[in-house]
Amino acid sequence: MNNKENFFKGIIKENPLFVSLLGMCPSLAVTTSLENAIGMTLGVFFVLVLSNFIISLIMSNSKLADLVKPVRIPVYIVVIATLVTIVEMVMHAYLPSLYFSLGVFIPLIVVNCIILGRAEAFASSNKPLDSVIDGVGMALGYGLAIMTISIFREFLGNGTLTVWGDLQVNLTFIFDFLKIEPIAMFVQPVGAFLTFGLILATITAIANNHKNKLAKKVANNG
Amino acid sequence: MDNLIMLAFSAFIIENIILSQFLGICPFLGVSTKRSSALGMGMAVIFVMLISSSVTWLLYKYVLEAFDITYMRTIVFILVIASLVQMVETFLKKVSPPLYKALGIYLPLITTNCAVLGVAILNISKEHNFLEMLVYTTFIGLGFLFVMYIFSMLREKLDFAPVPKAFKGAPIALVIAAILAIIFSRFGGII
Repeated sequence: MNNKENFFKGIIKENPLFVSLLGMCPSLAVTTSLENAIGMTLGVFFVLVLSNFIISLIMSNSKLADLVKPVRIPVYIVVIATLVTIVEMVMHAYLPSLYFSLGVFIPLIVVNCIILGRAEAFASSNKPLDSVIDGVGMALGYGLAIMTISIFREFLGNGTLTVWGDLQVNLTFIFDFLKIEPIAMFVQPVGAFLTFGLILATITAIANNHKNKLAKKVANNG
Repeated sequence: MDNLIMLAFSAFIIENIILSQFLGICPFLGVSTKRSSALGMGMAVIFVMLISSSVTWLLYKYVLEAFDITYMRTIVFILVIASLVQMVETFLKKVSPPLYKALGIYLPLITTNCAVLGVAILNISKEHNFLEMLVYTTFIGLGFLFVMYIFSMLREKLDFAPVPKAFKGAPIALVIAAILAIIFSRFGGII
């Protein structure tokens, strides 16, 4: 596998959220606005890339790896929890509004299955550089996925798209044009489940369609 | 007393851990295909949640706060929960084999269940005292069990329903969860 494949697999083929259904809780909870989704992505990006790097550094040193192997899961958890604490403190100090709107989901990055999953499945058996590329790809794939959900939810529920702080795109004129109100349901919990379910179904439909086409092509050629 | 009843009711229904706080979605979708497994998972979660919340609450109040190292919260909590789950598993195996048989396979899954760590942290950030913590945790756990059980019954019926191909599996489960969430959010009007 070359670097490019390694990078892009996290975004499309093995997208952690839409394909493997990992890290569901924050993706449903913090997608009420695009800003929250971007903040969550930053947190996950920092933790995932660094934890992949540190864990593969530990595991590629053969002496250290022998020592760590029997207790590797607790070791991973300590590494990840330390990184998450750093994120928590930095956000609390410099981005307080984001810190309070993400709330309990910042410390919960520790138990996000994507991070422990990548540590065990990839970083523990690959070189540090490859692990970093894998982490960047996976974090971006996850980020794009939650941003997609949040764009639908914020637009349909609120009529706006908040990128960061005051940088906000107001799209309520579309609702005015159609003479309807924004559908507040979409920023409530109901909307999270509904939007995610419909996006997943759309992706499955597209994937099925693609598979059928490939099968037909093979059949025609054969 | 009124306060406690209110707290219990809102933890059980209004602030339902799955449908309004989005904690523990993985077991909600993963282990809810059969009624028996939903029941087992729910019981295991209540059990572990109660023990881990009590221990982490005491640790936070009498160790972390006393020594002024509350920033160690995340690291301490996750390590305590992970080792507690291990201990509970070993303990149950030795002391009560039937209970171990019922809950055993779900216990390892619980370590990375965000509901357990989430409730431990919520108890701290909502500044509950010990009694409130016990009531809140118990009813959050019961709410988890309740929704898991309803959802597993719906999914058992779903096996025989003509679901469109693209919706098979997780997508239709999420749409059903959305309908359940509507129902639960309307209970908020009672208080």
